[in-house]
Amino acid sequence: MAERSVSMTDTIRSAGKRLGQKPSSKEFLDKYGSLWTVLVLALVVLVFGLLSSTLFTQAGWEAVSKSTYEYLPLAIGETFVILTGGIDLSVGAVLGFSCVVSGTVMEHMLGTSTGSLGITVLGFVVGIAVGGLCGFLNGILITRLRLPPFIVTLATLYALGGATYIVSEEPIYQIPHQLVTFGQQSLFGGWFIAPVLVALACVVVFGVFLSRFRFGLRTYAIGSNRIAAERAGINVRRHLVWVYVLAGALAGLAGMLVSANFAQTSPLFGNNDELAAIAAVVIGGASLFGGRGNLLGTLCGTFLIAVLTVGLVLVQVTAFWQEVTIGVVIVLAVSVDQLLRSVSQR
Amino acid sequence: MAATVQAEEGKSASQGKTPLLAARQITKHYGSVQALRGVDLELYPGEIVGLVGDNGAGKSTLVNILSGALQPSGGTILVDGDEVSLNSSIEARNRGIETVYQDLALAPDLSVWANIFLGRETTRKGFLGWLGWLDRKAMSTDTERSLDRTRIRIGSVQSKAGQLSGGQRQAIAVGRAVAWGSKVILMDEPTAALGVEQQQRVVELIRTVSKGGLPVLLVTHNLPQVHSLCDRVLVLFQGQLIAELFPAQCSVEEIVSWITGAALTRSTNGG
Repeated sequence: MAERSVSMTDTIRSAGKRLGQKPSSKEFLDKYGSLWTVLVLALVVLVFGLLSSTLFTQAGWEAVSKSTYEYLPLAIGETFVILTGGIDLSVGAVLGFSCVVSGTVMEHMLGTSTGSLGITVLGFVVGIAVGGLCGFLNGILITRLRLPPFIVTLATLYALGGATYIVSEEPIYQIPHQLVTFGQQSLFGGWFIAPVLVALACVVVFGVFLSRFRFGLRTYAIGSNRIAAERAGINVRRHLVWVYVLAGALAGLAGMLVSANFAQTSPLFGNNDELAAIAAVVIGGASLFGGRGNLLGTLCGTFLIAVLTVGLVLVQVTAFWQEVTIGVVIVLAVSVDQLLRSVSQR
Repeated sequence: MAATVQAEEGKSASQGKTPLLAARQITKHYGSVQALRGVDLELYPGEIVGLVGDNGAGKSTLVNILSGALQPSGGTILVDGDEVSLNSSIEARNRGIETVYQDLALAPDLSVWANIFLGRETTRKGFLGWLGWLDRKAMSTDTERSLDRTRIRIGSVQSKAGQLSGGQRQAIAVGRAVAWGSKVILMDEPTAALGVEQQQRVVELIRTVSKGGLPVLLVTHNLPQVHSLCDRVLVLFQGQLIAELFPAQCSVEEIVSWITGAALTRSTNGG
């Protein structure tokens, strides 16, 4: 009884301590450190808004949002991969390959008719499935042959890049008109096109999946300490395969969104997109060593690149300087992020 | 032989009870190297048993076998008197055997509660739960409760493991083992990386755990700690258990002489 009352007092005391405790600056930085990207984004928007008021118009928003829907699904998948401590260099090539395969299938199915809703749906299914299969191939090579993700996805980047042209050297224009209608559908008084909404919906859905679901927690755990994850009973290899499947399937989805908006499937689609996707994730505060990052950061990173690109066009800076600027921003964003972290670790 | 005599005394102390965990004639060889040569071991409720031996004596091999990470070449393991085969660490955990690893096996980027529940997450009810929707609140509350029970204080269970001090991390690793372990806790060098004060806190933690009825098998090089903390000490020498010592009746020097094999030579020559 005496023992029990002691432990009760202890419990109450420690509970009181917890309640009365102010979050330390460490915890604050850890929790809100990713807000740094939000701040930079706000700053960049403000600066370009002041330089050219067009950015704040519907046309400005349209230009920005249109240049994000292609990268967002790629960057979401890339975030999952990078959180596990891996990297996927093949997402752009997967995008191109899956949309060309899907385009070829749709072209065959259509024959001479102008289109059908069924074929549109089939096109999406094929695109996403082919993307997922490419991701599966990556995952299997990485986990079964125990090759570094960098090497495997570099190889699939080349292989799929070639395979895309084997499937179709020319753009395919014969795709269902419903797909094109969807891809160019403007909604909410012209403020959004359908692909942008789909991409944003993906951010929300996968953001919740990452932060509130078992799959997300285990994704962080594997990147944070793979051995600990294995000892906790997680089938790490199987989980990694699923992560690469997810990245591939999202690349397939991105391919369909691009095809829909451009009213064609082209072997050129997705070229170099992996760089933008990785840049967005890294600017968003994710660590390439795994275990750290989130989709809010990735969303901001993607929009940051888009606003920079559009903003620099608006203030009439040439295309080459745009790329220089993005390079500078990557270095700045990541170094400040690391500075903040080193403060929070102290 | 002296060792045999002491082993007999040990058995008499716990006569009539079924050991929670027992190993019988465990052998393990790697190719031609014989790491364990027929080891017997029993753990009874609430006792703290030290497992000591020189480097290469087979301590880690034995702990890895008991925790399911390694499969023995021969011999049997009994949990609660029933013969079991521990083919993986998950299987061992399902049988109530928890291990605190030397490297702690914590994910630094995950919160305290996530580390405690990793691999055994609580999900919500219904379809979303089936998809893996985490019940974060339940896991936080359970973590607070079980850490309170072992009197571990780490501030908030929301803090990330990587931000805590070495002692606090150690406490979480032990707390996790206690929270899930229903039969036995195995600890591999739990205080090796800690400062003196933090070591003391972990020692207190081990005492609290054993008072709760769980036996603790403690592998360590820290002999004064073994001497002051353990009820029994098992000495491994070249893959064999050569002595069972009772710290209440022997000195640290005596333990050392068994570890180095000096006492063995003496007793063989004497007998």
